[in-house]
Amino acid sequence: MSILVSKETRLVVQGITGTEGSFHTRLMLDYGTHVVAGVTPGKGGEWVHGVPVFDTVREAVQTTGADTSIIYVPAPFAADAIVEAADAGIGLIVCITEGIPILDMVRACQFLEDTGARLIGPNCPGVITPGQAKVGIMPGHIHMPGPVGVVSRSGTLTYEVVKALTDRGLGQSTAVGIGGDPIIGTSFVDVLRLFEDDPVTDVIVLIGEIGGTDEERAAQFIAGEVSKPVIAFVAGRTAPPGHRMGHAGAIIEGGEGTAQEKIVALEAAGIRVARHPVEVADLVAECL
Amino acid sequence: MKLHEYQSKRIFARYGLPVPQGNIATTPSEARQIAHLLGSPVAVKAQVLVGGRGKAGGILIARDAAEAEEAARQIIGMSIKGLTVRKVLVECAAEIGQEMYMGIVIDRTHRKPAMIVSAQGGVEIEELARTRPDAIFRLLIDPLRGLMDYQARNLAFDLGLHGNLIRPFTTIARGLWRVFVDNDATLAEINPLVITPEGQMIAVDGKITLDDNALFRHLELSEMRDVQEETEAQRQARQADLSYVKLDGDIGCMVNGAGLAMATMDLVDLYGGRPANFLDIGGGARANKVAAALRIILSDPDVRAILINIFGGITRCDEVARGLLTAIQETSTPVPPMVVRLVGANEEEGRQLLAAADVITATSLLEAAQKAVALAASQ
Repeated sequence: MSILVSKETRLVVQGITGTEGSFHTRLMLDYGTHVVAGVTPGKGGEWVHGVPVFDTVREAVQTTGADTSIIYVPAPFAADAIVEAADAGIGLIVCITEGIPILDMVRACQFLEDTGARLIGPNCPGVITPGQAKVGIMPGHIHMPGPVGVVSRSGTLTYEVVKALTDRGLGQSTAVGIGGDPIIGTSFVDVLRLFEDDPVTDVIVLIGEIGGTDEERAAQFIAGEVSKPVIAFVAGRTAPPGHRMGHAGAIIEGGEGTAQEKIVALEAAGIRVARHPVEVADLVAECL
Repeated sequence: MKLHEYQSKRIFARYGLPVPQGNIATTPSEARQIAHLLGSPVAVKAQVLVGGRGKAGGILIARDAAEAEEAARQIIGMSIKGLTVRKVLVECAAEIGQEMYMGIVIDRTHRKPAMIVSAQGGVEIEELARTRPDAIFRLLIDPLRGLMDYQARNLAFDLGLHGNLIRPFTTIARGLWRVFVDNDATLAEINPLVITPEGQMIAVDGKITLDDNALFRHLELSEMRDVQEETEAQRQARQADLSYVKLDGDIGCMVNGAGLAMATMDLVDLYGGRPANFLDIGGGARANKVAAALRIILSDPDVRAILINIFGGITRCDEVARGLLTAIQETSTPVPPMVVRLVGANEEEGRQLLAAADVITATSLLEAAQKAVALAASQ
């Protein structure tokens, strides 16, 4: 089992002929991911690392049976690529692209509501099920298979936590980066629900940061509907209000979205919150 | 990117929203001329990108041109929350019957734009949300369908408006929606939206924040950026495509990735140190970007120690090391003690490159933060 991606995943790479798309296709293939197709409009018929390139997602799906898409398309065109994938019947869309205009994302999410496709990201490192499939840009070698489900709004911070877990011999069932943008397709609650139902996940790690109220809603959901132990970490205790901290979504606005509020909400729901990324692994170890 | 009030109002006017007549002045004599041309009592309003201008004395009412000149003399050059006032907006002072609020924001939870209105305008909406949540009405807008007339009418009735006020209200609501959508705003706000004793509606103050990620398709709007409101470090960071926020501590931080950068700052704080800045070099930074980042930290006189934390992946540690060496070698001022932690892609090459340089290396995040805090304390 595991969630979202596995050995069965048949992946199409949108933007496969670009520098990023081509580079990460190589790494995903090396990891063992079934990359069955690529798409770049106008480059149909070419091959990248032995993967056939199509002009449209629709054609890629019809020809190869792709069921999952990863998007490396530049920001001005990325929302269109998301909608194209959903329209072609792709069930899981992972969008790596950073810097997509907010109104483009708002429109794409409205469209997705009507199709039932799931979007992970944008502005995220992707999803990895260690030993099975890597659909993203994360370094594969720091992961190992195991019982810890990881969900995070961040990229390198997740790697730091995953490395700390792996260093202690604590493997991961699946690690999901949901993205650092204000508008993202999948929330903490969505992923928590999947981990709760996943038989190979025994402990869940939730890595949040300042901005929005997704962590607070996660806390409420965990208190009511998650039976598995959850360990949390929230970045940005020292972040000042009113400033965007790198991620478009990481901003304390109108007094809302502080790390302190999120930590209080999580602890009130009975969740242990680590003081730093390495301590996450210590607290996970105590649960197993 | 935040726009000034006068810039926001120019955009409002283009969409037919009623704004007071007025113009921008950079000197007291210009303010006098504008007031003279307007020929009525005027408001003289400081144009700085912070809230609380009124409380700081940055908004004055003048009965005639001479008073307008005097008001401008007082306001131009004053400092509001650390920003120097360089321009004032001189405009007809509206007679106020009632003050309302109308704004459009992005609702993150529902992933939709939301229009927020209240019959209690003139105060900050966050403040109102705390004290009088019942006075606020909120409407989620389907971004594919847009704001419909009937929805705007519903809001008008929610606010208790009636008679001749319904139509102007819905026209303004629809206009504000067009402003929001056409310009890729993340905030478009009229506060207060005034009803005059004669029953006219006027947008007496306005605020627009544009989506930085959409500026590529609004070149005319990106030219509205007020570079005078940026510090030199902010300008350098923007040009090098770095995320940089100055803080009030003494440990300069450079990290790849926003979440890890925040977590690194928090760790410095946990060990009793104080971060001097947030600085995210992003993913896949090359040597020249790293050098630009270190230059910004080195130019901060508050920095007494530097902490560099890189978790390599698409960012390669050897590129980072090369960038650090470039900036260290070219600087003429003494370099504060520097702790460098490189892990991940090409970390061995990176460490070898730095072996000859006068930097302290660390392998774990905790060790790096502890060393940086100890060094800053001993300086």
